[in-house]
Amino acid sequence: MPSSSPTFAEVQVGTEIPAREFQLKRENLVRYAGASGDFNVIHWNERIAKSVGLPNVIAHGMLTMATAGRLVTDWVGDPGKVLRYGVRFSRPVVVEDDDQGATLTVSGVVEEKNDDGTVVVGLTATVGDNKVLMGAKAVVRL
Amino acid sequence: MPLNRDWIGRKAPQGEPVEITRNDIRRFAAAIGDDNPLYTDRAAARAAGYPDVVAPPTFLISASTGGGDGGFIRDPDLRLDFGMVVHGEETFAFTRPVVAGDVLTMEQRIQDMAVKGSNELLTLVTEVTDAAGEHVASITNVIVSRGTA
Repeated sequence: MPSSSPTFAEVQVGTEIPAREFQLKRENLVRYAGASGDFNVIHWNERIAKSVGLPNVIAHGMLTMATAGRLVTDWVGDPGKVLRYGVRFSRPVVVEDDDQGATLTVSGVVEEKNDDGTVVVGLTATVGDNKVLMGAKAVVRL
Repeated sequence: MPLNRDWIGRKAPQGEPVEITRNDIRRFAAAIGDDNPLYTDRAAARAAGYPDVVAPPTFLISASTGGGDGGFIRDPDLRLDFGMVVHGEETFAFTRPVVAGDVLTMEQRIQDMAVKGSNELLTLVTEVTDAAGEHVASITNVIVSRGTA
């Protein structure tokens, strides 16, 4: 959480939220399964994930979404100021059984400033060279 | 086999209201690795103007039927094969943030079905209201049924 939240006046279209890296390891997937109630086996069972044609276990799309969202909630400070948050899932995040897992890189940019005191933040989320989310946007009240 | 179009507009059976506890929020925030104090510190949440700790933006997934068991969309009559399903889109739109102590009612319906290439898109909308009947959030979930169009 930043020491001071951005104000509507100081934020402009094009204002960037610097990129951050997040590690998604098997442990994170297990914890997320428990907290979310999503126990789909492709998120924890390598044997079954591979049997349905995946390269390995994949992260819950909603875990990727939640992790990318931290860029916005940390930027604004108060998560209750996020009025809308939506994503499309474009590629699975493959999580190998090692100490690194997958590295999710997330960056943001202010795309719109609205008269009602809200801004639209566009998010880019990649693993390696691949975008794993498309059209990821949050509407935030500053 | 394509999805059963008779299901467009169909509503899920009404479930019991869900009580959101501080522990639910704490556990979810820990699972996404987020240490924002407004998720765990009541005093900080109150100082920010909330009656209790605030839930992360995607928290409601854990309280809605989209969280895993699939709820009524597992009815064989819908013809949704979960082996062919991937998650396409998710959007949360809030009238107000979810806070601990909320008792929430989820009303889920099949909003739409569409064909995109060889896939079908099933759009589920969940309306979330509080104990006073006030709107809290709308959740839109698009499920991709691969190769069934």
